[in-house]
Amino acid sequence: MFVKQISVFLENTPGSLRELTHLLGSNGIDLMALSVADTQNFGIIRIIIEENSIDNALRLLRSAGFTARVNNVVCAVVEDVPLGLCKLLELIEETGASVEYMYSFLRSTGDRALMILRLSDQEISTQKLIDLGVQLTSQAEVNAL
Amino acid sequence: MGNDREHRIFNPRMECMSRDERAQLQSERLVQTVRYEYDHVPVYRARMDAKCIRPEDIHGIEDLKYLPFMEKTDLRDQWPFGLLAAPKRDIVRIQGSSGTTGHPIVSGYTRNDVDVWSEMMARTLTAAGCTPDDIVQVAYGFGLFTGGFGAYQGADKIGAMVLPMSSGNTQRQILMMKDLGVTMLCCTPSYAAYLGETVRDMGLDPNVDLKLKAGCFGAEPWTEEMRVHIEELLGIDACDIYGLTEIAGPGVSFACLEKDGMHINEDHVIAEIINPATGEPLPYGESGELVFTTITKTGMPMLRYRTHDICSLNPEPCACGRTTVRMTRITGRTDDMLIIRGVNVFPSQIESVLVGIKGVAPHYMLVVDRVNSSDTMEVQVEMTEEMFSDTISHIEQVRKNITDQIKSVVGIATNVKLVAPKSIPRSEGKAKRVIDHRKL
Repeated sequence: MFVKQISVFLENTPGSLRELTHLLGSNGIDLMALSVADTQNFGIIRIIIEENSIDNALRLLRSAGFTARVNNVVCAVVEDVPLGLCKLLELIEETGASVEYMYSFLRSTGDRALMILRLSDQEISTQKLIDLGVQLTSQAEVNAL
Repeated sequence: MGNDREHRIFNPRMECMSRDERAQLQSERLVQTVRYEYDHVPVYRARMDAKCIRPEDIHGIEDLKYLPFMEKTDLRDQWPFGLLAAPKRDIVRIQGSSGTTGHPIVSGYTRNDVDVWSEMMARTLTAAGCTPDDIVQVAYGFGLFTGGFGAYQGADKIGAMVLPMSSGNTQRQILMMKDLGVTMLCCTPSYAAYLGETVRDMGLDPNVDLKLKAGCFGAEPWTEEMRVHIEELLGIDACDIYGLTEIAGPGVSFACLEKDGMHINEDHVIAEIINPATGEPLPYGESGELVFTTITKTGMPMLRYRTHDICSLNPEPCACGRTTVRMTRITGRTDDMLIIRGVNVFPSQIESVLVGIKGVAPHYMLVVDRVNSSDTMEVQVEMTEEMFSDTISHIEQVRKNITDQIKSVVGIATNVKLVAPKSIPRSEGKAKRVIDHRKL
């Protein structure tokens, strides 16, 4: 039902994001989805990578002095047409959940787009979404992308 | 420096007596105080017994050096009333300030002690030119902090008109100052500068629109440059004032209009300068740690109380006519205490808050600065995995929790900044915890 995401704490200092992407890239880790959230004081980088690389990525990040954590997010399929995302959001609203944050996959899959979602009360609201007929992408499917 | 202004003296007999006569008076009062303290404060008696000193061994100020020291930690360890020499029913006032490691300290005042303090503040204000014809605006905070009540009591004793504004609400302060024709101001130097800047921003000319002539400013470290800046901003004489709750409050010493050091009220306190490392008394003129002995207090007398403030003493008579010894501006501290907007802050207090919060690393850095004449303090805390989360709202909650807990212990608002792990320098010896950008 869920997909694993790595979050990394970044100080708002020049070069810190470059350093992070260099660290992962030079170790052969491919970023499948990425979002940058920033406040006045700090930033959070959230990334989706292939499941088999997660342990290695965490090890690399931590030994380079980054604070990183893994958590579950939802990967929902939306039609890549006008109002596609709007339909998904309508259904989420129907479940009563709120979206903590959202970003899209870098890779396209033809006429469908993949959205990464972090929902409030995620276990319950995700089950409600499935009941409402929303198509979710599993970790195995993400790994195969 | 010198100037031809008229010097006013509140108590000429006590402030202008010969140094020999004063030494005699101090000796008599010291002998009485030592006997009184020994008989009424068990912890001090034990300390004297441990050094094999009996009250009858102390014959005068020349024997002061044999007495054991008292420290701020004594007030914490004897919290709240262990150092009281008078019965509780004789205590009419409690004042306090923040102490070390997150624990406040309080001092109990008898009626006599409040009167002594009022006398010192009356002398302070008079030295800055205050008379019964003056209107005194007190913009120090009223509360446990001694600033507000001290200034009020002194002005009241003189018979001046007191305007007890307390701190804050700057626009209203200026409105009152202008409409009531306030002539004297008491507040922290940083607030005086801020008031002055705001007066200018409001398009007022202090020399035309205000009747302000002088101010007594203290409770935080400031420089001669800052003093001159305030004088120019507000068109007044700015006089430095020094004090501490443990001894009385503001007014322990004060600058006269000569503005050449602060006169110590030597009929009420004895000042010494010691080598902070060895405790040895140092001669006049040498810089060291300031130590006070109260000789007229009855509620919580202090014998050889170590202030940890660094300055030197000058016994030369002043052009104002006073013969009391003068202390220089405080040039530093022997410990790591910071004074932020008039509040004493020890890095150890911040540390105790941080180690008390689950998941927070005990590595931190305090960055102090002065922005628009007001002190700011940033607390840098390293992000740990326990504190971290994928949502900003959660991290902001963690940050707010740290900010709130620091505020509840230290009493001032700080800006907590979350920084990368291991980014705060580690040290083998004494960690550097403070970066002070203030120009003092």
